[in-house]
Amino acid sequence: MTGLAAATLWRRELTRFFRQPSRIAGAVGTPLIFWLLLGSGLSGSFRLPGGPAGLSYFQYFFPGTIVLVLLFAAIFSNISVIEDRHQGFLQGVLVAPVSRSTLVAGKVLGGATLAWIQGVVFLALAPLSGVHLTAGSALAAAGILAVLALSLTALGFAFAWKLDSVQGFHAIMNVVLMPMWLLSGAFFPVSGAPFWLGALMRLNPLTYGVAALRGVLYGPGAAPSLPGPAVSLAVTLAMGIAAFAAGLLATRGGRVD
Amino acid sequence: MPGQTGSTVAVEGRDVRYSYPARRRSDPVPPALAGVDFQVAAGEIFGFLGPNGGGKTTLFRILATLARPESGTVRVFGADLATQAREVRRQLGVVFQSPSLDHQLTVRENLVHQGHLHGLAGRDLAGRIAAGLERFALTERVDQRTAELSGGLRRRVEIAKALLHEPRLLLLDEPSTGLDPGARHDLWETLESLRGQGVTVLLTTHFMEEGDRCNRLVLLSRGTIVAEGTPAALKEEIGGDVITLTGRDPGELAREVAALHPELSPVVQDGTVRLERERGHELAARLAEALPGRIESVTVARPSLEDVFLRRTGHRLFDEKEDAP
Repeated sequence: MTGLAAATLWRRELTRFFRQPSRIAGAVGTPLIFWLLLGSGLSGSFRLPGGPAGLSYFQYFFPGTIVLVLLFAAIFSNISVIEDRHQGFLQGVLVAPVSRSTLVAGKVLGGATLAWIQGVVFLALAPLSGVHLTAGSALAAAGILAVLALSLTALGFAFAWKLDSVQGFHAIMNVVLMPMWLLSGAFFPVSGAPFWLGALMRLNPLTYGVAALRGVLYGPGAAPSLPGPAVSLAVTLAMGIAAFAAGLLATRGGRVD
Repeated sequence: MPGQTGSTVAVEGRDVRYSYPARRRSDPVPPALAGVDFQVAAGEIFGFLGPNGGGKTTLFRILATLARPESGTVRVFGADLATQAREVRRQLGVVFQSPSLDHQLTVRENLVHQGHLHGLAGRDLAGRIAAGLERFALTERVDQRTAELSGGLRRRVEIAKALLHEPRLLLLDEPSTGLDPGARHDLWETLESLRGQGVTVLLTTHFMEEGDRCNRLVLLSRGTIVAEGTPAALKEEIGGDVITLTGRDPGELAREVAALHPELSPVVQDGTVRLERERGHELAARLAEALPGRIESVTVARPSLEDVFLRRTGHRLFDEKEDAP
């Protein structure tokens, strides 16, 4: 019964998403524009310190852009948490014999699935940026994207549950998730950053997710001065679990309205 | 045990207290519920009647398992709300005042999700949905999004949704608010027929006509229960009729009436003079003769629940300020 309840909440997220084409456009369009404009603009001017030879900024920026797709998708899907509260749907769920963990699982898995689909669609663009995908690397990348999608959605959920307005949620996301992304090595590598910035980047769990993705796409040498793929994957998984726990914890408090 | 069903307690509240947090410490809020006791028998339509801010919505939220009382106990069919919320939720159908439908989804999708949340699936769920749609004349609307439906139709979907898992207790918050008279009539027919099937119906309202249709009710004012009983018994305590006089100077008019009839105790209320008296029409005629020109209008009416409320609290149903969300 718990599985059925979680599945129905998951299904609802998907149904709602595909009924709002503007959401699809926003979630994939913005990173696409970022990638095309920043990638082309910076490609000619910057050379990556310590990276493998022949990697253009366009290519360097590609994994980071996919993570940005996930990030936007996670933010957008969690707006529904606040909407559900305001529009009254949530109260109907809260009075059903459904545990809070079921609710979190349904909502977060729903949002994460959407984020993952968008990330994978973006991943399919890899050949356009000169990234060679094999069946193996595509599969591994999709796996990493799944864990990252779950982490970012769960993290967003933990904030969304506590907040009352969509505006407030956006503001918080801009100061939490955006810096996490900026300091994840998506945009510039750890190896070239000043010491204090590099330290912050090493503390950022998302850095390891981006590194894992980059390693899968460009080979293990693509993320210099960071631990290898095993550690990166482990940190990414741990982040996913911690974020989900944070989501659960957020719903435990006294707040039920 | 058919002989005992009438005496089974469906819901019981004991010394239920609840306060909303104060905005500032120097500015304490009076409690939304200052210790209320009530008992709802299984199979009756029971009402919480009171003005906005009287505490009924807080009580509703507690019964719906959405808020926890600060102290006191509430039992639903014997299950304690504080420790057995999940058991209570299985027995409970809730119709909120604000809609709980997802307007991006169709009527059917809304019902399917609700069924799944209650562990219903497959043919059983499909059968229940078909029956619910039929009962509430929604069959033709099944594939329409609820956003496209009128307020009355939406309320019908809400009720169909709340009844899908066949709850023993149906809880409704201000169910007639926003409904036209026709939809209101349909709603009450539904509630009566549910009662006929043994469902206990508990609702909040600030319409006294709706209070009149309950089997029993409590009047809530400022977080306390000021009266309890059947509508007829409550109105009987007034005895006789209610006479309302208007005049240029109600205070002066009240003194003149008291001088003429020392046995009456006229009360000035909202610019009118009110009297309670048996055979009110006779007194009204005598007063109109005795005070020519002073009285602008006289009405004689059977007492209403509003009169009961007024007598118990000293103020009208709609006077109280809204002080609770």
